[in-house]
Amino acid sequence: MAEYYWPDAGNRRLIGQRISRVDGPLKVSGSAKYSADISRPGMLYGKVLRSPYAHAKIVSIDTGAAEKMPGVKAIHIIQGPGKVVQWSGAEILAVAAVDESTAEDALRKIKVKFEPLPFLVDEANLSRAGNRAKPAADQVVGDPDKAFQEKDVVILEGSYGLPVIAHCCLEPHGQVVEWEGDQSLKVYPSTQSVSGVGGEYAAALGIPAGNVLVSMQHIGGGFGSKFDAGPWGLESARLAKKAGRPVKYFLERAAEMTVAGNRPSTFAKIKLAAKPDGTLLGWESDSWGTGGIGGSGIPPIPYIFNIPNQRKRHTAVATNNGAQRAWRAPNHPQACFLTMSALDDMAAKLRMDPLEFFLKNIDLTGVRKELYRKELLKAAELMDWKREWHARDLKSTGPLKRGLGLSIHTWGGRAHNSKCALSIHPDGSVEVNSGSQDLGTGTRTVMAIVAAETFGLPVEAIKVNIGDSRFPPSGPSGGSTTVGGVTSATRRAAQDALAQLMAKVAPDLGVGPERLEAVAGRIAVKGDSTKGLSWKQACSKLGVKALTMNGENPGGGPLNNSGVGGVQMADVTVDSETGVVKINKLVAVQDCGLIIDLKTAESQVYGALIMGIGYALFEERIMDNLTGRMLNANLEFYKLAGLGDIGQLVVHMWMGDKEQDDRGVIGLGEPPVISPGAAISNAVANAIGVRVPNLPLTPDRVLSAMEKGGMAYARI
Amino acid sequence: MQGFEYAQPKRKDEAVRLLADEWGPTEILAGGTDLLSFMKDDLASPKRLVDLKGVKELGGIQYTTKTGLRLGALVTLEELLDHAEVRQSYPALAQAAAGVYSPQIRSRGTVGGDLCQRPRCWYYRSGFGLLARDASGKPLVPDGDNRYHAILGNGGPAYFVNPSSLAPALIALGASLRIMGPQGSRDLLLENFFVVPKTDAEREYALKPNEIVAEVLVPPASGIRSAAYEVRQREALDWPLAAAAVALKLDGKKVQGARVVLGHVAPIPWRSPEAERALIGKTVSEAVADAAGLSAVSRAQRLSRNGYKIQLARVAVKRAVLQAAGGA
Ligand SMILES: Cc1cc2nc3c(=O)[nH]c(=O)nc-3n(C[C@H](O)[C@H](O)[C@H](O)COP(=O)(O)OP(=O)(O)OC[C@H]3O[C@@H](n4cnc5c(N)ncnc54)[C@H](O)[C@@H]3O)c2cc1C
Repeated sequence: MAEYYWPDAGNRRLIGQRISRVDGPLKVSGSAKYSADISRPGMLYGKVLRSPYAHAKIVSIDTGAAEKMPGVKAIHIIQGPGKVVQWSGAEILAVAAVDESTAEDALRKIKVKFEPLPFLVDEANLSRAGNRAKPAADQVVGDPDKAFQEKDVVILEGSYGLPVIAHCCLEPHGQVVEWEGDQSLKVYPSTQSVSGVGGEYAAALGIPAGNVLVSMQHIGGGFGSKFDAGPWGLESARLAKKAGRPVKYFLERAAEMTVAGNRPSTFAKIKLAAKPDGTLLGWESDSWGTGGIGGSGIPPIPYIFNIPNQRKRHTAVATNNGAQRAWRAPNHPQACFLTMSALDDMAAKLRMDPLEFFLKNIDLTGVRKELYRKELLKAAELMDWKREWHARDLKSTGPLKRGLGLSIHTWGGRAHNSKCALSIHPDGSVEVNSGSQDLGTGTRTVMAIVAAETFGLPVEAIKVNIGDSRFPPSGPSGGSTTVGGVTSATRRAAQDALAQLMAKVAPDLGVGPERLEAVAGRIAVKGDSTKGLSWKQACSKLGVKALTMNGENPGGGPLNNSGVGGVQMADVTVDSETGVVKINKLVAVQDCGLIIDLKTAESQVYGALIMGIGYALFEERIMDNLTGRMLNANLEFYKLAGLGDIGQLVVHMWMGDKEQDDRGVIGLGEPPVISPGAAISNAVANAIGVRVPNLPLTPDRVLSAMEKGGMAYARI
Repeated sequence: MQGFEYAQPKRKDEAVRLLADEWGPTEILAGGTDLLSFMKDDLASPKRLVDLKGVKELGGIQYTTKTGLRLGALVTLEELLDHAEVRQSYPALAQAAAGVYSPQIRSRGTVGGDLCQRPRCWYYRSGFGLLARDASGKPLVPDGDNRYHAILGNGGPAYFVNPSSLAPALIALGASLRIMGPQGSRDLLLENFFVVPKTDAEREYALKPNEIVAEVLVPPASGIRSAAYEVRQREALDWPLAAAAVALKLDGKKVQGARVVLGHVAPIPWRSPEAERALIGKTVSEAVADAAGLSAVSRAQRLSRNGYKIQLARVAVKRAVLQAAGGA
């Protein structure tokens, strides 16, 4: 059994360098083909009629007029009379037509009668939820009652919350589906699971799993919302079958915002107990939230800080909204915001610098406490925290108030099971094939880097093929598992392939294969580079057939690991007369084990910070209690950060630390998006002297918090 | 969007003749930045679209110190911003145009389109009618989510806010419109152009269905100091939560004449005589500016969720006054 390992620091040429992503030129030149760009001969366009009601019974459907329209090729009922729809936007039926506008015209001609039913769409006010609210968890750790009664105990009580937000993928959910006969299907989806999603089609459509071919070269964002086939996928396949032609259907933005997934809300009343010196003693929380009609996970609170005595109750509210889906680090941004806000408020109550307060309690953070300590100090240095931080009650003149805040986070990120087939061709070319997908994170790039590093070749010498279900299967890209999975599989295949190649050329060089190394485009004798063959010459010894090795990362192993920390700090300015918050600077210090490509790793953190600014300041799904609809199912009133809203971003990857390198590769996709909400909210609290309980930090919320805190802009 | 006939006239009178004499069957197309999304949302389904972009005489900016500024209705927000005299003599106007933060929208959107764009009220835009009522005729806004709705002139039946950023600045600067109809042209003070509709079938401006806005005429601005201030949450393209445009005529340091117009707070651009009175005869200071802000919102009424806008409107007026008085 071969031993798999990463080259040590002194022997890395590529790993850990800043290397541009290999598909960058394709993307910036516009020649990358996304599934939404796919067009097939005879292809029709799908459109879906959706429920305008949040809760209603379908009474009747009349498609007569639409069926007679020229250009309409098929109408497929998804939910017929008698069925009850549970959210506005729910699918009623699908139409396939020769172009989008004909399909839309057909929808207008279809008459659906509904019997509206009572609904609940807004869960922020728990007292209005009635029997839609169900206890979901009740847990006690240690002796919280005693902790809150300790002598001299300091108690903090606060309310905090984050609303439901949408994923806002640039490319909406959807696909092109094409039948070949009635037993074989080709799907060009926008998916996070190229190897997995075909099985779902097969099961739903009653065809053999091997008959579904899935292909996707590029994806315009997923963030956890694109694992399954979705009703848009399965119903499009049925529609295409009925029409006898390929069908393209990508969600319109409004549908994307209402039915294609969301991040569940969480609100909580939190009580904390601490000793006067800051030592945390107790936690009590009463939390609730909604993930739609079907429920959601429960945020792991208190987050990271394992406070010795806890009482936690969680209530799940079933609302008439589209179902939640994993949103980048599911449950963690919520848990982080609730916990870090309460801790920050406690620090303020104790008149402690939150940095000191976090360090004081660092032992509660468990196995990574030393790393957190170091990361906190590094972030503080990059933020110049010691000099810039001031206490909350500092009186400053003028309407602009500046403040600093911090937060820490954690994530797993263990490599998923991933396979690849690596071929060295007799002409020296190298390709790696895997049924993985590049979510924009740089999957192709890290695979190419690993193979190139192993073979002593430049990155350009490696051709990476992914995004096709005929390639060796690779796990879905979720949970920050891909980078570890694909790099481990590639390294294993490459090490094995190199061993075989060396065995082939060793006799020619008159040494045993163990004395060979692959460096600088040559296979040469270690310590005597004059004795060797160019990579090309070496490969020509393979004869006529490529050398192909399968690599499999079993989901673990020596090349990867799990568990990261991360610290973020925010510097904001609040206009105390208008409640407008501006980001001056964000600092992110992040570890992720062995870093394969520093540039794509940093990009990942930059992107996460920007996404974090979005949900900290702007994003919320606004549901209307009167009509049951989402009022901002667009990108006009569902606000995202623009360039001018981002401020200075400082990203520091935790590198050059042998202990970290030795852990191997750990996922990074999710962790850096966990802290921004908390860090920014804490900075705002520091700036204006009061907590704004709920995200996003909009002017109305900021002004209202200031007014309640007696800090309103002077009334005359 | 439903199918429609597309007409591209070359002359004003031709354009006017292509328009129906009732609202609905025809729509005027300029930059299309509002109208096209409006049509895609099925809020208008005209049988004919009359595209003005081929009408050359509706373009162009002219300026003389004697006659003032003439803007063709087709002048884009970007052209306005690029014009040195506009920036120099009518800063409120340039600042308002700059507030439309998207270069794409500024390069495509026109002055005429900005003045005639339809309200962004989310009930209206979801198909509940201009006055946003449920099936029984009950208004949705007072009991619904009104965080972006009106705080002034909001006694009903309209609760939306006028979306134009240019209008408050132009009204503060005393602009009028040259309107072209089947009977020729008429001039109307921009201040009198905006109206509060009483039914869903009416419009928010005093244009007849077969009239077009042809020109905007702004009087000479010598001796006038103007400024516009918008409270916007984002730097990225975003609607102001409240805005104010101010034009001051100063005698030495004393305010001799003042025009204060608020935007995004009422169904029409909201001229505030109270704020103007608070300024006239005073030397502008922080306290005077704030008093003007306070006067501007003295008649404001909060709906269930938009009380914060009262504060924002007050601050917008204060800052616009200070900026106008401080600027050249
Ligand atoms: C996200 C977003 C944010 C925005 N933010 C702002 C903002 O902050 N402030 C602001 O002022 N605007 C804002 N805009 C609106 C933008 O400025 C307008 O859409 C644009 O100015 C309209 O000009 P247009 O030429 O494209 O109009 P069109 O879309 O062509 O027309 C708009 C309307 O005016 C009518 N019309 C156009 N020209 C004439 C004419 N000459 N005579 C009679 N009727 C006419 C049309 O029939 C139509 O009803 C924003 C738009 C978007 C999408």
